[in-house]
Amino acid sequence: MFIRQLSVFLENKAGTLESVLKTLKENDINIEALSLADTSEFGLLRLIVDKPDEAKKALKGRGCTSTISDVLKVRLEQRVGFLEELVSSVSEHGINIEYMYAASSESESADMIIKTSDLQETDRVLKELGGE
Amino acid sequence: MIWNEAKECMGREELRELQGKRLAKQVDRVYHNVEYYRKKMQAIGLTPSDIKSVDDIVKLPFTTYEDLNAAYPYGLCAVPRSQIVRVQASSGTTGKSKVATYTRRDIEIWSECVTRALSMAGVTRDDIIQVGYGYGLFTGGLGAHYGAENLGAMVIPMSTGNTKKLITMMIDCEVTAIACTPSYLLHVAEALEAEGLVDKIKLKYAICGAEPWTDNMRNQIEKRLNIKAFDIYGLTEIMGPGVACDCEYHRGLHIYEDHFLPEIINPETLAPMEAGETGELVITTLTKEGMPLLRYRTRDLTSLETGRCECGRTMARIQRFKGRSDDMLVIRGVNVFPSQVEHALLTVAGTTPNYFITVDRKDNNDTFEVAIEVEDRFFSDEVRVLENLRDKVANAIHQAVGIKAKVKLVEPNTLEHSQGKTKHVLDKRNLV
Repeated sequence: MFIRQLSVFLENKAGTLESVLKTLKENDINIEALSLADTSEFGLLRLIVDKPDEAKKALKGRGCTSTISDVLKVRLEQRVGFLEELVSSVSEHGINIEYMYAASSESESADMIIKTSDLQETDRVLKELGGE
Repeated sequence: MIWNEAKECMGREELRELQGKRLAKQVDRVYHNVEYYRKKMQAIGLTPSDIKSVDDIVKLPFTTYEDLNAAYPYGLCAVPRSQIVRVQASSGTTGKSKVATYTRRDIEIWSECVTRALSMAGVTRDDIIQVGYGYGLFTGGLGAHYGAENLGAMVIPMSTGNTKKLITMMIDCEVTAIACTPSYLLHVAEALEAEGLVDKIKLKYAICGAEPWTDNMRNQIEKRLNIKAFDIYGLTEIMGPGVACDCEYHRGLHIYEDHFLPEIINPETLAPMEAGETGELVITTLTKEGMPLLRYRTRDLTSLETGRCECGRTMARIQRFKGRSDDMLVIRGVNVFPSQVEHALLTVAGTTPNYFITVDRKDNNDTFEVAIEVEDRFFSDEVRVLENLRDKVANAIHQAVGIKAKVKLVEPNTLEHSQGKTKHVLDKRNLV
């Protein structure tokens, strides 16, 4: 299913992540999943939060650059090989995976957050596979 | 050795007379052949007959970079285009280059001036000289080359970019003199030291220019390579390298006043300054045919000393440069204006994001870093998009200024702001 992800630009220096997390805490925003991509020069923090618009506004107030974009959330079946099947069916359709990361879920199984070159098509493919 | 003793050691009174004659002739030529100047002079009710001696120079209008830009590329040419044999250029404040045009006679005079400078450093026809300036639109390479050939020396046109080859040829061809930027020569010295080759070179002289340097750098160059190093000055608009050069006494750079009439003005009020006071150097070309300039504001801050030098020359000496009256930076010998960087950012981003330029010198190489604040509108959840933005900006800057910058993406509001007006440049090199 489609969900909204908040991405935050981080400079490569001490204290930037801390400042973002502090801002979220002060605004009573809960983090459900998180991934940190780093390059040699900067970092990109991707977050799934309960109130993305409020989070973006609060970060803007602190001078942070952020953006909200659509990604897909998929419930992973708890069995060997499921993730491989998921990825191969996506790539069979000529879809490129930009990034993915795991998120916890309330049930026993985990969720996966996926961004691809064609989210609509990916969503369709995943539904065929039986994912949520 | 003094190449042209009749001119370089001429009495000051005699020189003033020669300058007056040449100035009157130049103003007359410019008035009749360059519409741009004629209009400027007519606007203030000036005719060529008002200029009879050097003292009358204060009546003439100034020429600025903005004039060059308005007249780009041929608007200031004083001869038919068929008489132009060469074009050189250096970077301007925005997209357009500063273009200079030369007649055959201009090239001859330029060569003579560079020959005088080389002779001043001690170079003779028996020397083997490597020209380590870039060959092309930049005046350094071809300017030094023609001057050295005119002297009769053996010239090796190395150009830039291959230090290993330069060192190999320096040793194998028994090079005795080199013309390049001072920071590059220090880089060469380091490479020679690293390979343990300093004892193998036969180098005696270095004629360095195209960027400001300090006495400390000169001492380092002289000590580490066991040579003598000299400072050569010039600018494309006026001619190129060879407008002035320092002699073995290092009491300032002798400016060839029979061709270039120097003045020092207050950059704020534009009033002439007293002898010895620091202000902006203004130069009038007395013999230039292709693109003569009247009272060109160089933006270089310095003072002038007259009085016979111990070397015997009477030509005035330009004292240590105290900086610029504009915001131009010289990075790796290339003129860079912050406005060029701003323009490049504008073409990539639509509007200019806040940016900050840091220039430093590490291991004798200039570093050039441009930090840009990442705004929401260029931000993306994909690393690739941000890296593309960075590379696009780096390319645009490279195209605009001619040298590569390291582009760094930073968070908004992290760049320095001062007194309401954002400060865009930090030069950490301490060259003045």
